[in-house]
Order: sequence, then structure tokens, then C-alpha cells
Amino acid sequence: MKRTFVILASNPMSLFGLILVGVVVFSAVFADFIAPFPEHRGAVVDFTNFNQPPHWPNIFGTDLVGRDLFSRILYAYRISLMLGVVVLAIAVPIGVTVGLAAGYLGGWVDFILMRLTDVFLSIPPLVLAMAIMGLLEPTLTNGMLAVTAMWWPWYARLVYNVTRSEAQEGYVLAAQIIGASRLHIMFMEILPNCVPSIVTKMTLDLGFVILIASSLSFLGLGVQAPTPDLGSMVAEGGNYLPDSWWLTVFPSLAILIAVFGFNLVGDALRQVLGSDQ
Amino acid sequence: MSPVVRLLAKRLSISVIVLIGVSMLIFTIARVIPGDPARIALGPNATAEQVEQLRQRLHLEDPIWVQYGYFVRNLAHGDLGVSLYTNRPVLTDIAQFLPATLELVIVAGIFMVCLGMPLGILSARYRGRMADNLIRVVSLLGVSAPSFVWAVILMLLFAFFLPLFPIAGQISDTIPPPHRVTGFLLVDSLIDGNFKAFFSALHHIILPAFALALSGIGQAARLTRANMVETYDKPYIEMAESYGFAPRRIANKFAFRPSLIPSLTIIGLDFAAMLGNAFLVEAVFAWPGLSRYGVQVILRKDLNAIVGTVLVISAMFLIVNIIVDLLIAYINPRIRLANGGRT
Amino acid sequence: MKALLDIRDLTLSFRGLEGENRVLHGISLNVAKGEKVALVGESGSGKSVTARIILGLLQEQRSTRVSGAVEFDGQDLEAMPAKARHRLRGTDISMIFQDPTSSLNPVYPIDVQFHEVLKRRDPKITRAAARERASEALRDVSIEDAKRVLDSYSFQLSGGMNQRVMIAMALANEPKLLIADEPGTALDVTVQAQTLHLMRDLVERKHTSVLFISHNLGVVREFADRVYVIYKGKIVEEGPTHALFSDPGHPYTRALMAAVPKITGGGIPEIPDRSDSFSEPIVVHPATEASS
Repeated sequence: MKRTFVILASNPMSLFGLILVGVVVFSAVFADFIAPFPEHRGAVVDFTNFNQPPHWPNIFGTDLVGRDLFSRILYAYRISLMLGVVVLAIAVPIGVTVGLAAGYLGGWVDFILMRLTDVFLSIPPLVLAMAIMGLLEPTLTNGMLAVTAMWWPWYARLVYNVTRSEAQEGYVLAAQIIGASRLHIMFMEILPNCVPSIVTKMTLDLGFVILIASSLSFLGLGVQAPTPDLGSMVAEGGNYLPDSWWLTVFPSLAILIAVFGFNLVGDALRQVLGSDQ
Repeated sequence: MSPVVRLLAKRLSISVIVLIGVSMLIFTIARVIPGDPARIALGPNATAEQVEQLRQRLHLEDPIWVQYGYFVRNLAHGDLGVSLYTNRPVLTDIAQFLPATLELVIVAGIFMVCLGMPLGILSARYRGRMADNLIRVVSLLGVSAPSFVWAVILMLLFAFFLPLFPIAGQISDTIPPPHRVTGFLLVDSLIDGNFKAFFSALHHIILPAFALALSGIGQAARLTRANMVETYDKPYIEMAESYGFAPRRIANKFAFRPSLIPSLTIIGLDFAAMLGNAFLVEAVFAWPGLSRYGVQVILRKDLNAIVGTVLVISAMFLIVNIIVDLLIAYINPRIRLANGGRT
Repeated sequence: MKALLDIRDLTLSFRGLEGENRVLHGISLNVAKGEKVALVGESGSGKSVTARIILGLLQEQRSTRVSGAVEFDGQDLEAMPAKARHRLRGTDISMIFQDPTSSLNPVYPIDVQFHEVLKRRDPKITRAAARERASEALRDVSIEDAKRVLDSYSFQLSGGMNQRVMIAMALANEPKLLIADEPGTALDVTVQAQTLHLMRDLVERKHTSVLFISHNLGVVREFADRVYVIYKGKIVEEGPTHALFSDPGHPYTRALMAAVPKITGGGIPEIPDRSDSFSEPIVVHPATEASS
């Protein structure tokens, strides 16, 4: 773990990624202290200072009702990250269990679980989340539910593939011979070998969950006002291009920076942990 | 070619099973949600009788499997029901909006393959050097933003700041659109021999298609690079080098084609994912595709239209995957000559 | 008579994170026209890198440093511009690899690969003409149904068949020097013997010089006119095959010979992992009338 970190920090690209991720996480956690106008995360209106280009103290400018864009972006990070963590915390265990069971038990368990996975995987991810989100009420909880529903199959597929090849390995046969239970073999023998791939994918996915969540809210199917959200900020500002460019440019860059950071780190992890594909 | 036919048959039958699964899944989600779809569709001003009538018409009183039975029976007749939003058959609506979306996705797919793969080849050929690092950063940036962000950035740069491309729409307002034959503007204008319309449509599609393709270009470049770097370690590449074949020929022929086989499946998936991302780009560029319709029917909880749209998009997705499988079979002689013998 | 290949005091180092790692410590060897010379040693002794230096494959990597002289056909390869050196590959020098099946490209049929090889000598050769030439080359290695083989992919052919294809390809452009790097080690022993016979007959007929790289003393004894024994990047013994085998002078050569299990039994011989005697100076057997 420590060794991995040292390797990451010694490569300029992944160090840059670590810094970006650090900045994003830091600003999300300490938004209350960093944000110059913490109250602007809610439904505040200030018509004396609305739709202003970047100036002091509103370094990213103000939105259409006079709220500080910089403060709102910090709080949007907080919500996006929380959403990402919750989605993965639910999706990964589900996907891993399904993949392990299908891969190791085989037979009809394999057939049913993997066909189910195929069904989920054959609806374009965004479309599935949109449909679920639209049918339910657009709240934060439902947003998490919708994104989770589209996310677990990818882990099922990943773990399934690793399990299938690991199940042929000598150590699994050895465990079978000494009479270890199936549960033991699945979770104590095979699962540890899937961990590098899972960790790598989770790092990359933290970025991609932010990406998908912002896409949903961009279409008006995500977190609702007045909660700050990067996607809906871009959607709102899009109508005022190019004159009020700051309304779209800063939230857009905020998404790009966060996802790019997680991608750089995930990419480097993939090389260090040797879990390509 | 019989192994390929067998492969096609197998893929088609699996796809049908998956499609049935998709319809059941989306149908279930659509019916178990809280709230009365009939009431939502008619709005708060409708009378209780009107709501009751609509419930009867939609068979909402019946158990869910009976409802699904009605759905399948109608589907067999090519009927996905009537949209509560437009009051027209769902299939008619989709047929109207889908071609514009498909046109956008196909052009973006061409960008993805024609730009992403060569970048990946270059990156692999100059691995570890400056060009490789540059391409890696650029392709990682490409996959690091949702397509609506790229759409906004590109629009700002190349439509507003440098007005090289039009801001929105599919064709200039001043140019009469061609007769609708396929629904694809680029194709229809060529059929009409209307080159003015063709170039206008081409001019309009470049920016949105590029925005849609950017993450795919990055993904294709990264994937091509990764698989080619692996291929470069194979003995047959050393053999090609020992015969003094030109490095460019080794990259483009001897290393690229074997690595294409593992890349293609995922590139196919990315291509299919663009069907979803097209919704985002269409919204930015006011592209007259399925996006606005899809978002509207979702916001209005228009059950028939939601189920129909998801089903049609999934069918497109599966078709793309079948085409990719056939391509792989064509490239990989081990599948094409399935009896293969030794491996 | 001047040697076709003359290597003098060749050194090779890899630059790594922990400084330089020297792999070849100044080796010298030569191959005369029409001569079959073997370079014998265990894995890691520097045999294969020597072959790759002759082809110029290693010099292209940035982490390597090569010094010494490699003279081929009277020209100094190290002094030559990279382009000219590149031109020799596949024309005047060609190479056969260890595992024939994985050395042929899996997604192109044999005739396409043959065509590429023949284009090295004759860039304008048509596909039909190339097929004609390839069929002849395949007949030289006793492949009668050339048409079927040319239309096949490497995975459809047996290992022995692929090995013959490789030999045919390597000799198709009438090279002056053939480098064979552990040819057929991945094959069954009987198939290996058959293909080596074919190769020997063919190179003798065409008067091709061969640098034969192997760890297998039995094979070397059958095939080579002259032998160099290499240990940890140094040549420790050289001489005509017969002289060297009948009277191995260097302790390492003796250990190497003792390591071959006898088919008549007697157990697996014990040899030390390393020994100071292995770094004793080179033993040179005087040339007989067979070599120059």
C-alpha cells in the first residue's frame, strides 16, 4: 500500500493526478471553511450582484440570482463525491458477489446471473439511469439508486472474468482438495486475487460516477435546485452563452478537473498493480 | 462461411433473449413506481372519470404479468402503444426523431475510429517517447469530461469565439431540406442531388459529432495503444523486425491487426454508449434528434414512450454489438475458420 | 580467406535504474563463408543478445550501449549508417527463432508473410510471382503441398511444419548469413532432429554461413563445424567441433558436457552452481583443415 503510493508520487503525471484528487477531496470536505459564501449553496437571492463576470470576491463570477459560483462549485463537489462513494459502496459488493457466484458456481447460476447482467449491460448506461430517474422522483437518493443500477453489472462482468480464470489455478484446486467450503473458496481464496482489478476500477469509477451524475442533472434528471450541482449549472448557463461564459465554463472545468484527476490516478494504479483490462 | 453464419445465428438468438429481458426489466420498473401514471399523464385538472378511463385503456387494473402480456401481443404487431405526450403512436415518434440521432452517432463513430485508432498506433509505435506521452494525456483528457462539457467548450471556441461552425441545428434555415427518404439528412440530400443541402448538413454535423466522439477517440486511442504494446512483445514482431520490415509497416500491419481483435469489442461498446451520450450533445446543439423527445417523455412519465424508446435504443445497441462480432470474426481467422485445429 | 562475420571485442551494457549492467565482456568470434559455427551456453550467457546485435536490433534501443567491432562481409556494421545496416536485414542476414508457431503472425496466411519477406530482396515482386517463389522455397524444405501451406495460417499447421516454413523463409532471399537462435527448442525431439537435418542439407547446398545458437550440446555436435562456448558474457573455449568434444579444455565446458544426462542412465549429474574455475582464461583449440 505504502509502496504503491511512493511509486505513484514519483511519476509526474500520477503525482499531478494525486494533487488534483487531493484538491477536489479537500475542497469537498472543507467547503464550509473555504467557501467565501457558504450560505450561497441554498436558495439565496442577491439581485444587486447577479450574473457578474469574475471579480473580487466572486472569483468565478455570480450566477443568475447573484450567488457566488465558486462557493457553489465547492458544495457541488461535496455532493458529487458523496454520491460517488455511496454508489460504489452499494454497487461494488453487489457486482462482486454476483460475479464470484456466477464465475465459481457455474451451471445455471452462471447462466441466470450473467444473462441478467447482459440485460443491464445492453441498455446504454446513461439511458438506463435516465429511465429509472425519470420514473422515480428526481431526488439525490433516487439519483444514487439509478446510477447504482447501471453500475453493478460492470463489476459483475469484471469479477466473473477474473474468477473464471482463477478457478483453474492450482491454489483453488488445493483448497478444494482439503475440503474448504465454497463460500470460503469464493471469498477468501479467489476474491483477494480480484482486489487489484477492483481497486483500480473503483478509482477510475469515482471519476466516472461524477461524470454520469452530472450528465443526468444536465438533462434535468438529477439533483434539483437549489442544491448546487455541476451538471445543472452547465445546463442553466448554456442558455446565456457566450456573453455569460463563466456560468458554463467554470462548472465544466470543475467536472473535467475532478474526473481527470481520478483518471490519472486510476491509470497509474492500473500500471503499478498490473491489472490491465 | 458457415462458421460465421452459425455465429450470427447464435448472437441473434442471444440478442432476442436479452431484448426480452430488457423489455421485462424496463416494464417492471415502469409499473412498480409509486404514483398513478394515468393521473400524472392527465395532470391534476382531469376528472376522476377521465383518469379511470385511461387506467382501463392502459390495463393498469390488471396484474403486472397480464399487462406485460398485452404489451408483448402489441409488440408482435409492431405496436409500442400511443405516447401520452404526443398522442401519436410511439413508433411513429421514434421513427421521426431516431434518424437524426443515428446520423450524429454514426459520424461520431467514424471520427472515433479514424482518429482514435491512428493515435493509438502512433502512441504504441513511439511508446515511452514524447509523442506517446502527449497522446496519452490528450486521450485521458478526452475521456475525462462528459460530452456535454466538450459540446459547450467546442461551441464556445469554434462557434462563438472563432465562428467557423454554426451554433445549432442540423441544416441552415435558408436552405430547403431534401425530401425525406431515409431520414438521414446527409444521405437524403445526396439522393436529391442537392449538394448545397449536403454541405450545409455536413457543416452542421461536424462540431456536435466531434464533441460526441471525443471521449470515444480517447478511449479508442488508449485501448489500441495498450493492446499494441502487448503485441509488440510477441515473437512474430521480433521476427518482422529481424527481416527489416519498415517500422511503419510493422506498426500498421503486423502489430495493429492482431491487437485489433481485443480492442474491437470494447470500441463497439463505446460506440454503443454514444447512443446514450447523444442525448447530452443534442441538448447543447439543439439537434432535432431523440434527445428532447426522450427527456420530455421521461419527465412526463409517459410509460409507453419510455418503454418504447429504451427498447429501440437497446435494440440499436445490440445490433452494433452483432456487427462488431462479425467484424471480429472477419479479422480473426481462428473464428472465421472455426475448425481451426491447433491453437 | 577473410571471414564473412568477424566480431572483435564486443561489449554490451544495459543502462538501468541501478547503473550499467554489463552483459557481454568483450567477445570475439568469426564465421567463414559456408561455415557452420555454434555458440553454446546456458540461458543468460549472452548468446541471444549477440545474435540481435549482429542484426542491429539491440542498437536501436536507447537503454543499450554496444562497443567493439562487428564486421560483416568486409564492412563494419557499427560504423555503418543505421539505414544501410537496416538494409542487410532479411536480405544478406536472416534469422530463425526458437518457437516457430508463435514467430509467425497469427492473422495473416503464410503466403502474405512470404510475400513481405521476398519484397525485401525484390520490392516490386507481385503476389503471384511471390507465391511461385515461395512454393519453390517450400519444396526445398520437403513440403510437397505448398499450395495448402501457403493458404494456411500458422495455427493451422503443426510445429514442425511451421519450422520448415521459417527455414524456407529465412533462406528464400539467399542470405549470406543465417542466424539460428535455438531453432526448434519448442518442438518435439524427433521433429527437431528432422528439421535440423533439412536445414543442414539446405545450407550446405547453398553455401550459406550459419551462426547456430544453442544450449543443446548434442545438437551442436551434429550440426556445427566449429564451436564457441560462452559463459557469463565471455567466450571460454573455442575450436573445431571434433577437437572440442573429444578434449574439452575449459572447466566450464567440461561441466556443461557432464550436465547432459546420459541415455544409458547413471542419474542426473551434479555440477556446481558457480565455480571459480569457470572464469579461467579461454582455451583455444588449433584449427584443423576443415576451417580457416
